[in-house]
Amino acid sequence: MLRIAPLLLCLVLWMPTDSFAQNTPAQRTDIAITNARLVTVTNGVIENGTLVIRADTIAALGADVEVPDDIPARFNADGQSVYPGLIDSGTRLGLVEISSLSETRDFSEIGDLTPHMQALTAVNPNSVSIPVTRLNGVTTVITEPSGGQWPGQAALIDLLGYTPQQMHVAGVQYMVLNFPSTGRRGTGDTRSEEDIEQEAQEALEALNELWDDATLYAEIQARQDEAEPGHFTEYAPAYDALVPVVTGEQPIMLKADKAADILDALAWAEERGITDQIVLSGASEGWRVADTIAEAGVPVLTGPVIALPSRQSDRYDKPYANAGLMHEAGVQVALRTGEDSNVRNLPFHAGFAAAYGMGADAALEAITIVPARIFGIDDRVGSLEVGKQATLFVADGDPFEPATQVTRLHINGYNVPLQSRHTELYDEFIERSPGLDK
Amino acid sequence: MRTLFLLLLSLGLVWTSTAQPGPDQLRADAPNSVLIQNATVHTVTNGTLETTDILVRDGVIASIGSNLSAPSGVETYDASGMHVMPGIIDAHSHIAISDVNEATSPVTAHVSVGDVLDPYDVRLYRALAGGVTTSHVMHGSANAIGGQNETIKHRYGMTHPDALRMEEAPRTIKFALGENPTRVHGEGRNIVPRTRMGVESVIREAFTEAQRYQAMKDAYEAGNRNAPPPHSERMEVVAGILSGDVMVHAHSYRADEILMLMDVLEDFGVDELVFQHVNEGFKVAPELAAFGAGASIFSDWWAFKFEVYYSTAYNAAILTRNGVNTSINSDSPDLNRHLYHQAAKSQRYGGLSDEEALALITINAAEHLGIDSMVGSIEEGKHADLAIFNHHPLSIYAVAQRTYVDGVVRFDRDEDPDDMRLRVDPESVVEETFVWHDADIRHGACMQGTGTHLHATESGLHLHH
Repeated sequence: MLRIAPLLLCLVLWMPTDSFAQNTPAQRTDIAITNARLVTVTNGVIENGTLVIRADTIAALGADVEVPDDIPARFNADGQSVYPGLIDSGTRLGLVEISSLSETRDFSEIGDLTPHMQALTAVNPNSVSIPVTRLNGVTTVITEPSGGQWPGQAALIDLLGYTPQQMHVAGVQYMVLNFPSTGRRGTGDTRSEEDIEQEAQEALEALNELWDDATLYAEIQARQDEAEPGHFTEYAPAYDALVPVVTGEQPIMLKADKAADILDALAWAEERGITDQIVLSGASEGWRVADTIAEAGVPVLTGPVIALPSRQSDRYDKPYANAGLMHEAGVQVALRTGEDSNVRNLPFHAGFAAAYGMGADAALEAITIVPARIFGIDDRVGSLEVGKQATLFVADGDPFEPATQVTRLHINGYNVPLQSRHTELYDEFIERSPGLDK
Repeated sequence: MRTLFLLLLSLGLVWTSTAQPGPDQLRADAPNSVLIQNATVHTVTNGTLETTDILVRDGVIASIGSNLSAPSGVETYDASGMHVMPGIIDAHSHIAISDVNEATSPVTAHVSVGDVLDPYDVRLYRALAGGVTTSHVMHGSANAIGGQNETIKHRYGMTHPDALRMEEAPRTIKFALGENPTRVHGEGRNIVPRTRMGVESVIREAFTEAQRYQAMKDAYEAGNRNAPPPHSERMEVVAGILSGDVMVHAHSYRADEILMLMDVLEDFGVDELVFQHVNEGFKVAPELAAFGAGASIFSDWWAFKFEVYYSTAYNAAILTRNGVNTSINSDSPDLNRHLYHQAAKSQRYGGLSDEEALALITINAAEHLGIDSMVGSIEEGKHADLAIFNHHPLSIYAVAQRTYVDGVVRFDRDEDPDDMRLRVDPESVVEETFVWHDADIRHGACMQGTGTHLHATESGLHLHH
C-alpha cells in the first residue's frame, strides 16, 4: 500500500482539470520545479535552475540540484521564472466583501479607542477577493482595521487557509495607531484649517494622556500578584490590549501621511523612547522628509503608489516616485496598496515605483524581502532560499508587466489552483452557451 | 468698482465674447507644427511602424513616413527609441466641471455639464501627463435620464471654458440604471424609481412624452394645430435622443438592466447606444454585439457595490472576442492618469493583442463618442493628438514624455515645472494636503453632488459609485 501511494498521487496530479469542478482544493505534494529561472531576490537570479519543495519548505534550489528520488512530482517550468510570493504591507483584504454594504464592512468598530479589536477575528477566509488576489502572485498581506485613534490590531496573513488561524503568519500582529492628522480626508472634508489643527492638537493630548494612563495601568497589572488576593482592578479591555504596547512588547503601525504629521510622529516616538517599536504606514508625503525618516531608522510601509498627489501644487508623479525617493534616502521601504478587492494590483504598484525611480530590483524587494525583514519573518518568507516556506509562484515573465501570466502558485507548499470568480466567469462566458439563439 | 467695470465694458476692454477662446496662460507662443522623428509609431488602425516620422502642420497630422524633412520654421523632436500613440481618449470622466449631478428629478435631460466647464482644473494637466488628450466629461449617475455630457480636449492653459470644447463632437446624454437612481430617488426622495422596473418606466414615459411633444410640434408646423406645445427644453433634448441627434451613454452594471435598455431603445427606434461601466456586459455580450451597442468599461474595478459583485476583469476580453466595440475609461481623476496601464491589464486578463489593447483607449473610445473621423488613431488628416512614451505604452515601465493636443505640446516631462496650477485661489489654504490612502476615498465621482455619495464613517468619507 505504501508503495503505491506515490503512484496514486502522481495519477491525481496528472488528472486533467475537471471544467465543472468548483473551488478545487489546494494540494500539498513534494515536487521539483525544473528548468526554471529562479529569481531568489536575496541571491541573484539562477538560470536553468531547479527548486525542490518538500512539504511546506524549499528543500533545495540551484543550477546543479539533483532531484531526490523520493520527490514524486515534476513541473517543467520550461524557462519560466520563479518568484517568492509577493507581500502587501497594508490592505483590508478579508475584512470587507462589498464595500458599499455596511453588513460586509468589518474593518472599523465604533469609537476612538478600540485597540482590543483584532482584524484576524473578522478575516473571512472564503472572501471571493482572496483567490482573485493570489492569482497575481500576491500570497501574503497585512490586513488592517481602521478608524479612530486606536482602530485595533493588524495581522499578517497568507492567502490560503480555511480559518484565520491557519492563515496567520508567524503570529505577526501590529497595533495600529492613527497619529493625529492635519491632512484632509479627501475633497469632501470641508473642515476649516483651524478646526483641523485644533482637532489634531486635542487628539495628541488625548493620545499622551492615554499612553500615560495605560502605562500606569500596566504597572498596576504587573503588581497584581502582590496586591491583596481579593482585590480586582477595574475591567478595561482597551487598556488590557494596550499593555503589551506600552511595555514595548508589541510593535506599533503608526499611520501618518502629511509631512508635518510624519515629523511630529517621529518626534513623539522619540520622546516616548519607542522609535524601535514603530513602523510608519502611509507616508504619502514621506519624500518631503525622507532624510529625517532615514535618520530615525524607522521602516516605512508606503502606498498606494498609483494614487493622486496630496497637494494640488505637487508634481503629478510624486506618488509614483515617493517610494523610490525614500529608498534613495536610505529608508527601509515596503509597499502597500491600501486596497480590498484589488490587492491583486500590488505588482503594478511596484512596477510604477520601479518606473518612476526606484528601479525594478528595489521595487521587487519592497514587496518581498524588505517587508519580511520589517515583520521579522525573513527566516521564513520573502526570498527563495533553502529552508524557507515554499510560498512562491511561476510566471512567464516579469510579474510587474501586465501581459505576464502566473502559471503556478504554491502557498506553504500547497499547490493552489489558479481559479477565482474572475477566471470562472471568463471560462463560462467567453463562448456563452446558449449564445444568441434559444 | 462697478463703475470701473462699466467704463471698461463701454471701452470694449472686458472679455464678453463667448465664442472666442481666452488667453493661453501656458503655451501662448507654442507652435502647433512639429516633426517627430524616428519613433515607433502605434497607429492603432494601420499597424505599428518602426523608425517613422510624423509631420504635424497647424495642429493636423500632415504626413507619416520615413526621412521626412521639416519645413522651414518647423521644429523637430527626436523620438528615437520612443513610442508614439494616438492621444488617449477617456470616454467617462468628471474632471473640469464644477458640478456633476442635478439630482433633483429622475429626468434632467435639459441640463448640461457643458455649462459648468472649469478650464482651471489641474486634473486636466495630470491626465495629459498620462497621455490623455480628450475626455468625455459626463453628468453623474443619479438620474435615470441625466444631463448632457461634453466632449473636451485637454487644452490646459487656455482659460476660456469654450476653449476646452471639442466643437465637432456629437451631443451625448447620460442615462443611469440600477442602484444609483433607485437609491437617490426611490430611497432618498420616495419617488419612482425605487426599482429596476421603475427605471424602465421612467425612461419609457419620458420617451413617450417626447414623442407626443414632437408630434404636436409637427402637427402645428403642418398647420393641423393652432398652437405648438409649451416649450420644454427637457422634451426638446429627449426628442433629440429619439431623432438620433443626441447619443445615449448609459451607466449600467447588471445584465438584466442592459437588456432592458436595449429593448426600450429598440422599441423607440434608437439604434446608437453606448453602455458605461457595464460590468456584467460579458454576460450578454452576444446581445450587445447583435444590437451594435458599445461598451465602455473599467479594467478591473469590482465589488465596490452589490451590482458589481459578479464581475470579472476579463470583461474587456470577453466583449472584444464577442464582437462588441469596447473601450476602457477611468471615471476617476486618478485612473485617467494611467489609462494606458488600465488597457494593458486586458493582456493579463484575456490576452488581447497590443493593437486590441491600445484600441480600447483610442479608436474604440473615439467611436463611442462619434469622433473617430478626427481622433483616435495616427492617420494623415487627423488631429495631431499624440502621446509619446519612453517604452511601449502597454509596458509597466512606460513613462509619458510629451503629450500633444492639436499639435501643441501640453505636457512635457522634461520642461514642465512641478506646480502646474493656472490659478491659486487667494482665499484657499496654503498647501492644502489630502490623504488618499483608503481605498474607498479614491474611487469614482459618478455620485458627486447627490448628497448621498459621501458616507461618513469612523474611518473617513466613503464614495459610492
